[in-house]
Amino acid sequence: MRESIPSGPVSGNILVIGGGIAGLSAALEASEAGYDVFVIDRNPYLGGRVAQFYKYFPKLCPPYCGLEILFRRIRSNPKIRFLTMAEVVDVNGEPGAFDVDVKINPRYVDLEKCTACGECAKVCPAERPNDFNYGMDTTKAVYLPHDLAFPMKYVIDDKVCLKQECSKCVEVCKYDAIDLNMESKTIRIKADSIIVATGWKPYDATKLTNLGFGDFPNVITNVMMERLAAFNGPTKGKILRPSDGKEPKSVAFVQCAGSRDENHLPYCSAICCLASMKQATYIREQYPDTKVYIFYIDIRANGRYEDFYTMVQADENVEFIKGKVAKIEENPENQNLVVIAENTLTGEKTKTEVEMVVLATGMQPELSEVKIPLKDLKLDNYGFASFLDIPGIYAAGVAKGPSEVASVVEEATAAALKGIQAAKR
Amino acid sequence: MENAEKVEKKYTLYICTGCDIGESLDIEKLKEIADDEFKVPTKTHEFLCNSEGVEMIKNDIANDGVNTVIIAACSPRVNYDTFNFPDVIVERINLREHVVWSHKPNDEDTQMLAEDYIRMGIVKAQKTELPEPYKEEIVKNVLVIGGGITGLTAAIEAANAGYEVVLVEKEAELGGWARKFAKLTPKTPPFRDLTKPDVDEKIKQVMENDKIKVYTSAHVEKISGQPGLFDVTVNQNGNTEEIRIGSIVVAAGWEPYDATKLEHLGFGKYPDVITNVMMEEMTAEGKIVVPSTGKVAKRVAFIQCAGSRDENHLPYCSSVCCRVSLKQALYVRETNPDSQVYIFYKDIRTPGHYEDFYKRVQEDPAVFFTKGEVKGVSQTDGGLVVEVEDTLLGEKIEVETDLVVLATGMVPRLMEYVKKLEKEAEEQAEQTEQTEQTEQTEQTEQTEQTEQTEQTEQTEQADEKLAEALEDFKGILNLTYRQGPELPALKYGFPDSNFICFPYETTRTAIYAAGCIRHPMGVAESEEDATGAALKAVQALELIGRGAATFPRVGDLTYPEFFLQRCTQCKRCTEECPFGALDEDEKGTPKPNPNRCRRCGVCMGACPERIVSFKNYNVDMIGSMVKTIFVPEEDEEKPRIIAFVCENDAYPAFDMAALNRMEWDPNVRIIPVRCLGSFNVVWVADALSRGIDGAILIGCKYGDDYQCHFIKGSELANRRMENVKETLQRLVLEAERVKVVQLPISDYDKIPEIINEFVEEIKEVGPNPYKGF
Repeated sequence: MRESIPSGPVSGNILVIGGGIAGLSAALEASEAGYDVFVIDRNPYLGGRVAQFYKYFPKLCPPYCGLEILFRRIRSNPKIRFLTMAEVVDVNGEPGAFDVDVKINPRYVDLEKCTACGECAKVCPAERPNDFNYGMDTTKAVYLPHDLAFPMKYVIDDKVCLKQECSKCVEVCKYDAIDLNMESKTIRIKADSIIVATGWKPYDATKLTNLGFGDFPNVITNVMMERLAAFNGPTKGKILRPSDGKEPKSVAFVQCAGSRDENHLPYCSAICCLASMKQATYIREQYPDTKVYIFYIDIRANGRYEDFYTMVQADENVEFIKGKVAKIEENPENQNLVVIAENTLTGEKTKTEVEMVVLATGMQPELSEVKIPLKDLKLDNYGFASFLDIPGIYAAGVAKGPSEVASVVEEATAAALKGIQAAKR
Repeated sequence: MENAEKVEKKYTLYICTGCDIGESLDIEKLKEIADDEFKVPTKTHEFLCNSEGVEMIKNDIANDGVNTVIIAACSPRVNYDTFNFPDVIVERINLREHVVWSHKPNDEDTQMLAEDYIRMGIVKAQKTELPEPYKEEIVKNVLVIGGGITGLTAAIEAANAGYEVVLVEKEAELGGWARKFAKLTPKTPPFRDLTKPDVDEKIKQVMENDKIKVYTSAHVEKISGQPGLFDVTVNQNGNTEEIRIGSIVVAAGWEPYDATKLEHLGFGKYPDVITNVMMEEMTAEGKIVVPSTGKVAKRVAFIQCAGSRDENHLPYCSSVCCRVSLKQALYVRETNPDSQVYIFYKDIRTPGHYEDFYKRVQEDPAVFFTKGEVKGVSQTDGGLVVEVEDTLLGEKIEVETDLVVLATGMVPRLMEYVKKLEKEAEEQAEQTEQTEQTEQTEQTEQTEQTEQTEQTEQTEQADEKLAEALEDFKGILNLTYRQGPELPALKYGFPDSNFICFPYETTRTAIYAAGCIRHPMGVAESEEDATGAALKAVQALELIGRGAATFPRVGDLTYPEFFLQRCTQCKRCTEECPFGALDEDEKGTPKPNPNRCRRCGVCMGACPERIVSFKNYNVDMIGSMVKTIFVPEEDEEKPRIIAFVCENDAYPAFDMAALNRMEWDPNVRIIPVRCLGSFNVVWVADALSRGIDGAILIGCKYGDDYQCHFIKGSELANRRMENVKETLQRLVLEAERVKVVQLPISDYDKIPEIINEFVEEIKEVGPNPYKGF
């Protein structure tokens, strides 16, 4: 089956590193034009970060919809092959003839045998923080990553698995699909060109010491809010205050939290304005009486996204305040937050008490911390692969620069053509 | 519809008893049904997707001549390549997710549900044929309309991928707007320095590339035919040439917003109020001067969002004007170190890396940024005065300047056409009535004419209609499609895709828009967008060349076949096709263009005579599946309900609900359909006449923010069902028996509620009086 780990070296025209929306789009577009493509991802599933969003702006439509279409296109196209649990360990050769060594970390579950019946998870005694929900709940050590996991296969987290000491999952699996002795495997993929689509991770909000994340339970980040609103999140889609599980009557969004800031991420992450407005609609839909405050520097709703801004502004219960938030304090009696900001339009320093705060943190490129041994890949100061002129190596998605999904797919489609041109030469 | 030679089918049903299927159902009973009712032999296996199970099937295919494999096991969304057997019909019955995972085990109703699925699966396999793709020899070249930076880039990139390109530009020179720009905003790190435009290089590349044929002072007069086989008439200086084209990129660009409408900002009144485009042209010519005096400009004010983000002008933001003004501020400062620049803004929109560019301009102490509402511009002896309110300083201010630059927005070139359509909407309504009457008289006269003459006449009529509709506006594509000559605009005249995840998908197959005509963007983005559109254009050629569909049913080799002998020329299919795939002749008989088709089946759903079918999906198939459901007697109090479920979002939602072991009423049978738009109302008749109590249609969202990937499939279904409800009432049946539901894929947790609620509604209405007839 196409999902299986190849037994020997394989080759294709394009290797896409990263199976999120950018990587998958680039891979599919190229393969549908008739080329052989490999896409690899280090997660046990494809789809990347967008699988963890509840909705997209401005249509407020579910990411699962687009992902399902991508997966469907993968299912029906033998020219696209993919590997999960995979990371690049070495790159040799040159454009037109890259030799990429890919390490496939052990899933401990046999892809060809697992039926996703779930019996293993029922008996597993060990738990792990659920990274899909940003640690807000737990799963068993053996788990299915999420409801639209592709491939639909279980995986074992060896950081918490008790292995041979336990083996309950092995005993109960009717299909003999669990192999606790599985080891990592390295295979070689030959490719004419490489597309880097390694994406991003949310900026570590604990570094924003003035904003209380990590200290005050009711201060969360924008990516966590997406999970709260989703059915397969920690609260089955109900937006609740972490400290007491109550419905928040007021929520403040802090824009540019650690962005446009020399001490953290100097650049703008392009999507956080729109993302916060989108999340404001989540809250307003669930709680018609809750008040939302958005503290901003500039509202970046470029192009037709301006319509979305207009729509959210029309909501009487959403107030936009131009002013950078200087500090967040906690009210120890009820664990409410006090947001201290300067309202730059009126000049006054304001203190606003709210029941919950969402920090609109930015996107940090994975490549700023994770190294791919691709010697010709040039990164800018922030870790983005934003140089455009490297033959044979193309970047797409947030790996290249912060942008929203529509732009990312445009870039990915362009990268696919560049990859094809390299293959043709 | 006669096939040349029908291969006799040899069936085998394979039931997997793994994943609790064996433990929850009476498998022997299922085998009996396959044997007794259909004479289909059954084999079972406790782990069918394992190598042993697969070998068993492969063996039967190779050695026993089995060519129709029916697999009753898990959802077709898993084990897709395990159960992929080439050149053999494979039908999947979802016993796991849709029965065993979502209903009580060893239960009478669950058993009956499984039995009906077996019946329906076998019937579906009986009515399925392997596809025979429609393939015609196509040309693999790309037409690029527009020779600005976007068109030039699209041409170069397509040529570099090995394809021939024809580039048509209406001006005498290539280069478009970018040629008039002095410099560009930075596009690579460190995003601080302005760059020289690369337009001239690209023009050179295009002219020297022998894969690219350029027509300047030219426009596309007409396009007929279909992808891979477009007949394009290029008019160059009055001379026409016919060219065969495979796919098309529309890069016709933009116009600046008409600043004469911004009188309150002084444009047109005062010569020293200019636009950003005029500023750019002036700088490119080498000097930045005050127009009325000719002196070098010392104080320059930029007014952002001039006529943008404004209900009375352009409601949208044009995205680039912030950074263009920053760029032009640098022009002013670089040419005259004594100058001062003011930038009055609502928000400074420099997302992503452009923030570094904003910072660089902020470093200059002679550039002043003020957020505020510009109330007006007036003239004094000293120059111009800009009045600003609601500023960061809290008060109203007045600033004296020599030169005011209005940062106006972009209007797509398709906007003229959109406005024409709006104006002509009324006139057309009257005209169409008259034309129809004339057509009818002509029809009776034409009964004995040859096909060729009919075609010429139709072409002439099409020409006439086109000429009437587009007097001054030459048109961009000028398609002879029944659905209209241009790409439909999404909003504000931009022919953009409504899908965030699929930004290039227009509703005209193999025709893609790129650059500012699609949405406002800068030069760097346009170059990238052009490359993306070029990919889509060449990809379309490859898919269509082998008879396969493009997005979203990529690779589908079936196509709709029309049994025209029974056509009654009602024109429903030709009107309702979301992609303009069907032309019609003067009689109204549809003329299919398979290469334009997306295989959604809306035509199939529209046809009251049911003449449209696909090899593996047709009215008879679904109707037969409906009729094979076992309907218990009324006194058993087991209602029978069918859920027609769209394959795209709704079906996966059911799978996910089942994955979470959610349960829904066992009286409901799911029949997947390609799109709710393909739902033919005869299936309601089929269902009700057999005593089935209700039908619920579950599909994607329609309306302004539609999710339906065939644009208006679910909307059409909704409309058709409204009509059906009227018919039901006339037959003294309750309208409540039919319901249409929009289900986003992420709402899978609501499925039990939706299904169970409908079952309750049906129970309330009572059993179908036709039961037992």
